[in-house]
Amino acid sequence: MRKVAVIGVGQSRFGELWDRSFRDIMLEAGVEALEDAGLEGKEIDALFVGNMSAGRYIAQEHVATLIADYAGLAELNIPSVRVEAADASGGLAVRMAHLAVASGMHDIVIAAGVEKVTDAGELSMEIMSSSADMEWEGFVGATLSAIYAMMTKLHMKEFGTTEEDLAMVSVKNHRNAVNNPKAQFKSEISVDAVLNSPYVAEPLKLLDCAPISDGAACVVLASEEVAKQYTDTPVYIKSSAQASDYLALHSRKDLTTMQSVVTASRQAYKQAGVEARDIDVAELHDSFTIAEIMAYEDLGFIEKGKGAELIREGIVEMGGEIPVNPSGGLKACGHAVGATGVRQVAELVLQLRGGAGKRQVECETALALNIGGTGGTAVVTILGR
Amino acid sequence: MLPRFWRKIRYRYDLIGTRCNTCGRNYYPPRNFCPVCRRRSSIEEVQLSGYGTVLSYSIVHDTPVGLKMEKPYVVALIQLDEGPIITSQLACEPEEVHDGMRVKAVFRKYGEDGEDGIIYYGTKFIPAEEA
Ligand SMILES: [Zn+2]
Repeated sequence: MRKVAVIGVGQSRFGELWDRSFRDIMLEAGVEALEDAGLEGKEIDALFVGNMSAGRYIAQEHVATLIADYAGLAELNIPSVRVEAADASGGLAVRMAHLAVASGMHDIVIAAGVEKVTDAGELSMEIMSSSADMEWEGFVGATLSAIYAMMTKLHMKEFGTTEEDLAMVSVKNHRNAVNNPKAQFKSEISVDAVLNSPYVAEPLKLLDCAPISDGAACVVLASEEVAKQYTDTPVYIKSSAQASDYLALHSRKDLTTMQSVVTASRQAYKQAGVEARDIDVAELHDSFTIAEIMAYEDLGFIEKGKGAELIREGIVEMGGEIPVNPSGGLKACGHAVGATGVRQVAELVLQLRGGAGKRQVECETALALNIGGTGGTAVVTILGR
Repeated sequence: MLPRFWRKIRYRYDLIGTRCNTCGRNYYPPRNFCPVCRRRSSIEEVQLSGYGTVLSYSIVHDTPVGLKMEKPYVVALIQLDEGPIITSQLACEPEEVHDGMRVKAVFRKYGEDGEDGIIYYGTKFIPAEEA
């Protein structure tokens, strides 16, 4: 397998982009990535597009071709592939692009992610919830937040995690987003504001839950040899791994561990030749605050059950030992479903280049975790200089 | 919603699961293929008792559009006495529910399709009288 570099990154603003179409936001991220890479466009060999549900959000399928077309690549007739794994679609698109270059099949490949959710209005939440098992979870009214809420209660009962611990995750991510010009929520919130926000599914409150946002992100991958023609400071994908699990929470052996995260991260560490303690900065999938705390444990940042200590002791804050979600994470940067996994990688590339502005973390090795639904898919990407 | 609902109606109304005779595991929701034994699976249907214990639950306030009239409702993870864990609604007041509560299955309405007025039924759970 060949070494693969990221030579360009771009992202649209995340949020409720009422005035912008699916095509507009994807193009904005794509143009920024190509400019960043110094590509004209015709050098691109293939395109992978992460998207969860354009069919239901905007009644448009066949979006891989739509995006190739609007990116001005239709003349070149390059292959363009849509990748779907619920809200891990973006991370998986990066992995597919990584494999396409690492294998020697292609030299320059784009991984993009895009979702336009606000057109679906009040249906956007239940479309998101269709990442769970619709026949045996969705039918009985178990929304995504309800399923995470049941995991939360078990984690609280078994390990003593509190509602204040969860609130602190949200507060941290909001504080970080203040310094991210692309973020949806650029304002600090207090622990009390989180605790006093209305329940979505008890014990999870509105401010424990990431919004469902419009947005797009794009990264350009190239083989090591080709990358050197474009940049003197390439950032490398040291490894990527994906794992699956039972779709429905009730079928899993351990209800407070995401086995997909454990499996994917151990494979990624091994392939990259690193250990959990070597990670300097991470973008983790905080679709719900409990998901970030469980991720600390399942990634091996700390032992099972002690995740809340990392937030209580400030270890995951900016300036701490392992800053988590310097971008603001899904909670505050916004969760544009299929775009999220690509956005996470774009953020870490900026961090590793030293180009993250006011939210810069000193780092050499970085990890992104993108989760589909309640943990049925996990994608881990490790990047380094 | 309609076709996939009717296909599974026997299992939803009656709490019929499946058992793998190779390894002895019970499954609900039913599986036609044992994830442990795979090709060596030997599956038959099994009637479950309908009794179980609440492992975890949530009172749901942000509901799908079709369940707005029901809110707030209680969704729970219930471990059936035969072993499988299922996700179901509890047909009782939120204040009555607690972890470890014994429950039994009952036949209840789940909601209706706004456009054609079709009513969906299935299994919910209520507090069980302990003998
Ligand atoms: Zn078996």
